[in-house]
Amino acid sequence: MANFFDIKARKEAAASSAAGSFKTVASKEEPNRLQPWVEKYRPRTLTDVTAQDHTVTVLQRLLHTSNLPHMLFYGPPGTGKTSTILALAKQLFGPELIRSRVLELNASDERGISIVREKVKDFARQQLSNPPAGPAGVEYRKKYPCPSFKIIVLDEADSMTQDAQSALRRTMETYSRITRFCLVCNYVTRIIDPLASRCSKFRFKSLDKTNAGKRLEDIAENEGVKLGPGSVDALVRCSDGDLRKAITFLQSAARLVGAIKAGKGKEKGEGDGMDIDEEDDGMVTVKVVEEIAGVVPDATVDELLKAMQPKAKGIVYEAVSSAVTDLVADGWSATQVVGQLYEKVLYDEKISDPRKNQIVMVFSEADKRLIDGSDEHLVILDLALRVADILAGA
Amino acid sequence: MALLVDKHRPRSLETLSYHQDLSDRLKSLAQSGDFPHLLVYGPSGAGKKTRIVATLKELYGPGVEKIKIDSRVFQTTSNRKLEFNIVASVYHLEITPSDVGNYDRVVVQDLLKEVAQTQQVDLSAKQRFKVVVINEADHLSRDAQAALRRTMEKYSPNLRLILLANSTSNIIAPIRSRTLLVRVAAPTEEEICSVLKVVGKKEGFKDVEALNKRIAKDSGRNLRKALLMYEAVHAQNETVSENTPIPPPDWEALIAQVADDIIKEHTPQQIMIVRAKLYDLLTHCIPATMVLKTLTFKLVPKVDDTLKAEIVKWAAFYEHRVRMGTKVIFHLEAFVAKVMRILESFLMNMDF
Ligand SMILES: Nc1ncnc2c1ncn2[C@@H]1O[C@H](COP(=O)(O)OP(=O)(O)OP(=O)(O)O)[C@@H](O)[C@H]1O
Ligand SMILES: [Mg+2]
Repeated sequence: MANFFDIKARKEAAASSAAGSFKTVASKEEPNRLQPWVEKYRPRTLTDVTAQDHTVTVLQRLLHTSNLPHMLFYGPPGTGKTSTILALAKQLFGPELIRSRVLELNASDERGISIVREKVKDFARQQLSNPPAGPAGVEYRKKYPCPSFKIIVLDEADSMTQDAQSALRRTMETYSRITRFCLVCNYVTRIIDPLASRCSKFRFKSLDKTNAGKRLEDIAENEGVKLGPGSVDALVRCSDGDLRKAITFLQSAARLVGAIKAGKGKEKGEGDGMDIDEEDDGMVTVKVVEEIAGVVPDATVDELLKAMQPKAKGIVYEAVSSAVTDLVADGWSATQVVGQLYEKVLYDEKISDPRKNQIVMVFSEADKRLIDGSDEHLVILDLALRVADILAGA
Repeated sequence: MALLVDKHRPRSLETLSYHQDLSDRLKSLAQSGDFPHLLVYGPSGAGKKTRIVATLKELYGPGVEKIKIDSRVFQTTSNRKLEFNIVASVYHLEITPSDVGNYDRVVVQDLLKEVAQTQQVDLSAKQRFKVVVINEADHLSRDAQAALRRTMEKYSPNLRLILLANSTSNIIAPIRSRTLLVRVAAPTEEEICSVLKVVGKKEGFKDVEALNKRIAKDSGRNLRKALLMYEAVHAQNETVSENTPIPPPDWEALIAQVADDIIKEHTPQQIMIVRAKLYDLLTHCIPATMVLKTLTFKLVPKVDDTLKAEIVKWAAFYEHRVRMGTKVIFHLEAFVAKVMRILESFLMNMDF
């Protein structure tokens, strides 16, 4: 069973093995250095969750009333949805009970109708576990409210079929006395209405510059990474409000520049000699960040734009096609190219508004085709030629 | 006898011949211990795979080169049995989920969890995580991609993914957000030339720089293709000079014929002739997109300047349809008909 906090198979494997040092999922046991920072800095409590003030306030309040509605968390990737529900569960039930009180099902689990029903039923029917008896239990209850229901988290619920969702309605009602559901998804529109209307909705916003920046700075400081001027802005800009992405970028940027000062204590003693050098040049810069994020250099985009400017027809084709061929061979992501080209064209004051209107439609079509998996070379070439045509005023 | 492409494939990050900075970066990631999930993207023939195999070696040592092929059977919810091949060493696995089409989710779900839940067999392994390399990740269905999401987070102590793709456009945002993107550009023509030179020396081929340059150019910066052409030229000629013709692959020659057919005559009978050739290509497993694209780039130089953009427009249009539709031949034929019409009406207007 896919209980998030206890993977049976693994536990057994770990227990039967001589290598007792091998750890279960509880990631805090992992040597910190070896952990991806996104996991290392996953919020552990509600207060750790940045930027989702409204949601956090409401949830804090619910935490103390020992009742909970069904909930629906939605918002773009990397904004803290999964972290928040996990933190909430932890604060409600504490380490002893969390395994028996929380069931997580996500898109990596088989979630056909019958299976969901079956799993939920089994879980809901299990007897409610209780905190240890005696004084220890009293202490425990002081720290964790342990309300008398179980939580079923359906993470990535937008990838469940409509049928499975409809089936869920009944299940939710049948067991509503002893279970609360929390649905987590990116696209709230993919959750069927009757299901959504049974839940309190919490929207997770894209992280804004200030909050995301603050979090990144804290992490950098904790890891001993030096941030060059503007690099935090660049991290936030390149990750479109997705904090997970920003943190991944930060970690690889740090690796790339070797900006990590030899860690505190022991390691420092070993690598004494090198410290000074590393501190001098090991700084995360805007350029490094953009490179990691796959941002196409301005010069490259400008080159394509230049090729698209009005000239004799044959010449335009040759120029555009060779610029596009290079872009594609250099492996730049087409979505990235299209996005950056769009920015440039749209903010170009020399292009009249009616023309911009025409151009936007071309972009819209290109975007759709890319999402559908069309060939990138043809899509970009077609886009560039058509925009060039509009610029020439045909 | 192994092909040159395989015979002289570099096996370690140090011996990779171009993109030195990228090799350095992969090396420092591999040595750091906190190796992230990777999404490696770039055009085909750019050397993504070679680079990743070298990175694996950096991670685990030469043990990763001892691979075996397992055949596994998966069961779908509708009780269909799927045969699936896995290339594996003690430390890593390599899979191509698109082999099983729409059932890829089943494979991804079952296999990755299984890997994540078992520990490294080799207790002296340099890394405690196993790596799963996923080929053609851009062909993974949405469902399969969704199935990867939480797995990538939950099992991160035990499992790292390396996704290989030609482009990132088809990878859903939540997956992109969980990986470090690594772009592998195709080698430049000069870089290809220097690879050819090195390989030629090892093989004792006559070194004709001008010929190598032509090959590099013809290959469209695709190193695999360049090496195949290089091998073919030297295999088919006793001695080579800068003017030795470079034989194109059969399928490309056939598409060139199709282009000529289209230019020559614009009639329904001609479409029939072309259709036969298109079928021929498709039955030889040349992907429809490749056919359409190659055909477009063979047509464009042969038409009037004022028509070039128009041809590309319809190529992009029908390629999209190929992607969305079910019968690729319909769309290929429609493209051919469209191009003939464009050419015909151009000729008619000229008459006035
Ligand atoms: N609001 C936040 N406060 C602090 N850290 C955050 C926040 N949002 C995201 N993060 C960071 O990003 C990582 C991923 O967050 P999380 O798993 O909660 O995202 P999610 O919203 O569930 O994304 P997805 O929709 O892709 O599942 C966390 O481990 C944490 O490091
Ligand atoms: Mg999540």
